[in-house]
Amino acid sequence: MDMNEIKEIFFQECEEQLAELESGLLRLNDGDRDPETVNAVFRAVHSIKGGAGAFGLDDLVSFAHVFETTLDCVRSGRLEPNQDVLKVMLKSADVLADLTNCARDGGSVDEARSKQLIRELEALAHGEMPSHAEAPAAKPVAAPKAAAPAAPAAPVANDQGFVPVAFSFDDFGDDMPVESVLPAYEVIFKPKADLYRKGNEATLLLRDLSRLGEMSIYCNMDALPSLEELQPENAYFTWRAVIKTDKGEDAVRAVFEFAEWDCDLEIKALEEDNGEQSDDESPMTPVPFDLSALFDEPEPPVGLVEEEERIAASEAEAAAAASNVVQLPGTKAADSAKSAPAAPAAAAAAAASAAAAAPAAQTIRVDLDRVDRLINLVGELVINQAMLSQSVIENDTNGTSSINMGLEELQQLTREIQDSVMAIRAQPVKPVFQRMARTVREIADITGKSVRLVTEGENTEVDKTVIDKLAEPLTHMIRNAVDHGLEMPEKRVALGKNPEGTVRLTAKHRSGRIIIELADDGQGINRERVRQKAIDNDLIAADANLSDEEIDNLIFHAGFSTAEKVSDLSGRGVGMDVVKRSIQALGGRISIQSKPGHGSVFTLSLPLTLAVLDGMVVTVANQTLVVPLTAIVETLQPEANSIHSFGANQRLISIRNSFCPLVDVGKILNFRYQAANPVEGVALLVESEGGGQRALMVDAIQGQRQVVIKSLEANYTHVPGIAAATILGDGRVALILDVDAVVAASRGQPLRHENALAAFG
Amino acid sequence: MKKKVLTVDDSRTIRNMLLVTLNNAGFETIQAEDGVEGLEVLEDCNPDVIVTDINMPRLDGFGFIEGVRRNEKYRAIPILVLTTESDAEKKNRARQAGATGWIVKPFDPTKLIDAIERVTA
Repeated sequence: MDMNEIKEIFFQECEEQLAELESGLLRLNDGDRDPETVNAVFRAVHSIKGGAGAFGLDDLVSFAHVFETTLDCVRSGRLEPNQDVLKVMLKSADVLADLTNCARDGGSVDEARSKQLIRELEALAHGEMPSHAEAPAAKPVAAPKAAAPAAPAAPVANDQGFVPVAFSFDDFGDDMPVESVLPAYEVIFKPKADLYRKGNEATLLLRDLSRLGEMSIYCNMDALPSLEELQPENAYFTWRAVIKTDKGEDAVRAVFEFAEWDCDLEIKALEEDNGEQSDDESPMTPVPFDLSALFDEPEPPVGLVEEEERIAASEAEAAAAASNVVQLPGTKAADSAKSAPAAPAAAAAAAASAAAAAPAAQTIRVDLDRVDRLINLVGELVINQAMLSQSVIENDTNGTSSINMGLEELQQLTREIQDSVMAIRAQPVKPVFQRMARTVREIADITGKSVRLVTEGENTEVDKTVIDKLAEPLTHMIRNAVDHGLEMPEKRVALGKNPEGTVRLTAKHRSGRIIIELADDGQGINRERVRQKAIDNDLIAADANLSDEEIDNLIFHAGFSTAEKVSDLSGRGVGMDVVKRSIQALGGRISIQSKPGHGSVFTLSLPLTLAVLDGMVVTVANQTLVVPLTAIVETLQPEANSIHSFGANQRLISIRNSFCPLVDVGKILNFRYQAANPVEGVALLVESEGGGQRALMVDAIQGQRQVVIKSLEANYTHVPGIAAATILGDGRVALILDVDAVVAASRGQPLRHENALAAFG
Repeated sequence: MKKKVLTVDDSRTIRNMLLVTLNNAGFETIQAEDGVEGLEVLEDCNPDVIVTDINMPRLDGFGFIEGVRRNEKYRAIPILVLTTESDAEKKNRARQAGATGWIVKPFDPTKLIDAIERVTA
């Protein structure tokens, strides 16, 4: 694993944390005051900040830091997470998401917006607490048993009872010749028992000190009591070290960074002093202390005879220090851990790695490519199984052999494998729904409307590709719902409605498809205005007699927009026609139900996967083609008297008193030069771009079938008018028709290469 | 023999960084995702040093350290805390709970290895 992969993991994790953050904030918004919710929210931001710091993503870090500080105020109870506070926080979560995306994909964020939010966050943090310094030390965080109330950082040493010893070496050895030009420092270091309790170790500290330069060390053992009184875990020695180093006093001090609370420490620069001279007034016993012997391992202890009794008696620091020259790292104070026999330790290690891995086994992360490969293979399996069945049926005349039974079971198994594999790719729609929450917030802000988004069935699962392509159309629909659907708060009050509008987003499974509903409790579609607009835009005749439903469906026409003033949001040249197109590209359908004064419901019905497709298998000029079922409105057998010709070779078919252009698929695709006789074929009535209907002429219908989609681009090259390919049971390749491209071609636009259905790419 | 490090952190990113850094530096690494798991794993893995985060679900770093120190066998094991620079108060609390030292974020491989070297023989 290299840093780039870890970075990738970081961004994945960011997405999860951002989702966690948002859902946590929304729960708080709904009045949840569980401390764990606040903690989870805090952790999410904290984690993002931590990872971002490691990758040097400074913008992300600084924003996350401010955010975290404010969240900490909430966590510690200093800031009440009311609606106003949460509004700022939700917006901040959005900016954090932007910054994350930016860090991953490049691009820029709205700096003014993030600066503004930083100010708001800081105002919240400071508004509730006069200054950071006065923050109460003991925070009600979820830590069990904070040992003692935390003292403010700086004066800690004093709290610990450390009284600096007035101890001057300034005047000794003034007259001694200077041995080295390097500055020398004297360190007086008296460990306390606590130092060892926290896993620190005097000898290690002295070793680190010795690495700074040339060091001589002295040990004062005067405090060492007699054997009877000796407490093995107490600390009795005072060390005096003189170190010559060019690294400066800070470096010397830094050695004791971890230990400074748990020892008496004095560091001072020695001027003009080689420091080797022992001080008569200070009761330091000069002891030759060979640190290298201490740490260069297999050096056996060279115990001093007269000290041996003491060594035997004292386990802790006493031992390490009293023997001075002696004692390997193994004698570390209270380091009983290391005295454990080595063999069981090794055995335990194996068990430990297993134990470490075990709790995480609930989910695994798999590269999407691998899943796709599996799906492809299963697709092959399905095709192969179909081919096998077909050839058995063709060769097995009695049809009752055991081969047939086996084949049926194989078919069953294959189908189950296919379903299970598809389920691997299935993901809950939750992330998309959560993004919609942000969309609602933004547009509510801009329009000045008050909106509540209610989501249901967020855990409904659908294929990942569908999810990825769902966000955009849903965003437009939500914008439209808030912008056009909901009334302004004053108007809602006047109408006796809750001033806060509700947009309800629901997902559920129904008969092998996912149904997504978007309902608002706004004013519903203004049919009079839609109708007028359609007449103005020449979409319908002024005297057209349309049902309510037909009027409602006019909003799906290209270029249709009823908003009198093109607002910032809906007016991006994206209308409901584009939404409808992208839903259709996903193999889905969209419908609308509207009740004036009560709101509108948009219903999307989507396939659970894009890897298979419900298609109608047809024959055109002896070629087998598949037409996506979602595009087909109805099929009919043209009669001679319903076919009307006009122009050079244009034909229309009359269906229930309206005319519909007849398109010969074989001719468009250049399978034949002359259009076939419509009476001998079948017409597929399809709905295409802009809602216009066309009758596609094919020679015959073979039946409906679920087919596995194979990309043509990946295996061959793009073919105009063809969206993708599939392999049929007899092993032959059948092309899947790109209905929109064919219809466009029938209007005289030549089939273009870029006209492929993106969904099948 | 390789030194064994137990790391406790809920962030997948940081866990991976610790793993890569420590393995590259020749340590054997065992990982846990929060304090509860850390204490579970501790008994069997017999580490030489522990590196832990503070903010974690279920059981945070403070609680974890206290738990380790309560264990007779590990009461003197070096424990390093991953913390942020500005957090003097948190550093102090970690220390009170029994932390040996700390590694200041942002995560820096050199600093990590240095700190581990400092507290282990």
